[in-house]
Amino acid sequence: MGWIRFLGRIGLRFFERLGRGHLFLVQLLAALPSLLPRPGLVIRELYSAGVRSMLIVVVSGLFVGMVLGLQGYNTLSKFGAAESLGVLVALSLVRELGPVVTALLFAGRAGTSLTAEIGLMKATEQLSSMEMMAVDPIRRIMAPRFLAGFIAMPLLAAIFSAVGVLGGYFVGVGLLGVDSGVFWSQMQANVALHADVINGVIKSAVFGLVAAWIAVFEGYDAVPTSEGVSRATTRTVVNTALAVLALDFVLTALMYGVS
Amino acid sequence: MDKKNAKDDRTDLVVQVRGLRFLRGRKVIFEDVDLDIRRGQVTAIMGPSGTGKTTLLRLLGGQLRPDAGTIVVDGEEVPRLSTKQLYRLRQRMGMLFQSGALFTDLDVFENVAFPLREHTDLPESIIRDLVLIKLQAVGLRGAASMMPAELSGGMARRVALARAIALDPMMIMYDEPFTGQDPISKGVIVQLVRLLNDALGMTSIVVSHDVSETAAIADYVYLISEGRVVGQGAPETLRRDASPWVEQFLNALPDGPVPFHYPAPDYLEDLLAGAGGG
Repeated sequence: MGWIRFLGRIGLRFFERLGRGHLFLVQLLAALPSLLPRPGLVIRELYSAGVRSMLIVVVSGLFVGMVLGLQGYNTLSKFGAAESLGVLVALSLVRELGPVVTALLFAGRAGTSLTAEIGLMKATEQLSSMEMMAVDPIRRIMAPRFLAGFIAMPLLAAIFSAVGVLGGYFVGVGLLGVDSGVFWSQMQANVALHADVINGVIKSAVFGLVAAWIAVFEGYDAVPTSEGVSRATTRTVVNTALAVLALDFVLTALMYGVS
Repeated sequence: MDKKNAKDDRTDLVVQVRGLRFLRGRKVIFEDVDLDIRRGQVTAIMGPSGTGKTTLLRLLGGQLRPDAGTIVVDGEEVPRLSTKQLYRLRQRMGMLFQSGALFTDLDVFENVAFPLREHTDLPESIIRDLVLIKLQAVGLRGAASMMPAELSGGMARRVALARAIALDPMMIMYDEPFTGQDPISKGVIVQLVRLLNDALGMTSIVVSHDVSETAAIADYVYLISEGRVVGQGAPETLRRDASPWVEQFLNALPDGPVPFHYPAPDYLEDLLAGAGGG
């Protein structure tokens, strides 16, 4: 009977946190209008979450694009379809790898930083002191970070995909001899704005919302000790990765069908 | 006449706590606690570590809700206030946290300016003047451009004090303001608490276990132990209190109603139990 109780306890704890997280999301969304007269708060966080994540996103995008170029060329040339390399690289990046890998990188770079920052603010009583100064930390601290993460993610994913395409071009055209005109024209002819690009942007926006929400919530909900903040930071990466991968399947099924 | 006196007494009270009961899980933190904090006075709440003194401040500030009893601050019953009303009340309260709780990404000037920027639409030139006045009051105008990481513990607490009085609150709560301070910093903060209280016409609640420093500036003292008020009065009255608990606490005696030894089995039996195995 002990294991049933154990499972019950884990289940209850899980659903309790899930409920707390969703209530927190409602509070975050309700706090967003208060940011309208204070865009400076969001711009500062955009710099922190977005601009400071650029380097890792650009470098990763370049390498992923180069690998796609190599792998794609080897496979396509077996079927005499090496001229489709541009399409393969672009579709892989815009539909899947751009949003997913950027979200994972975002969780590792900006998400952990957000969680640790908010968790430490909690541990050092900065959030409590803000409350006692009659300033709502959800409006002043959480909401700007959440909104900045939500805005930054699609932009970072777009940069990732663009740099990835360039990486694929360097390898395919520069190293492996694919014709430059064919590479770009095939891409232009076969990548659709709505079905591919817009769907990719929608995916990255959803992943941005989830990644920013998890990062901010984990910080706010962290046990205010050094161990608690460390655990919260780990949970940010793990939960974001799981949520992004699961949502990717759901969104892909909805956008492109399962039949 | 009696009725009028009773009414004057009530308006004279900034904080009135009646029958306070607060639990953490199953542990009773406060049981049937009554407190009166008079306007314009420095009231000390003293007791050993772990008796819930900080919890009491959080209850007064509405960060925690009591399980029973009433907490009235400046005429408003704190646990019944909506979030909006609570935040309006907090604009009239200041709190100095034990750690200072300065915002580490803002410099000293911006830390003190924070409540002014959040709650007023004052022009930048007036905010600057107000911040410098508050920093001058705590002797740290020269440190306005420093970051919190560059400050000593005593300086950080003085900056936090300047921030706490930025909006000229009617009441300020100090959570262990003297803990971990060197004698000079401690002396400075002791002086500041009394000076600011009198100069700004505030009411101060000082939670502390530093007997001599707190007693030196307090008008009235509450002693709390095991969730109850075990002594109260002016410091000199308390010193004459015959209660063994009050005597042990005020004279820092190692043994008494609060025993030196944590409850344990008989010492000799414990030692002999180990000897049998050899």
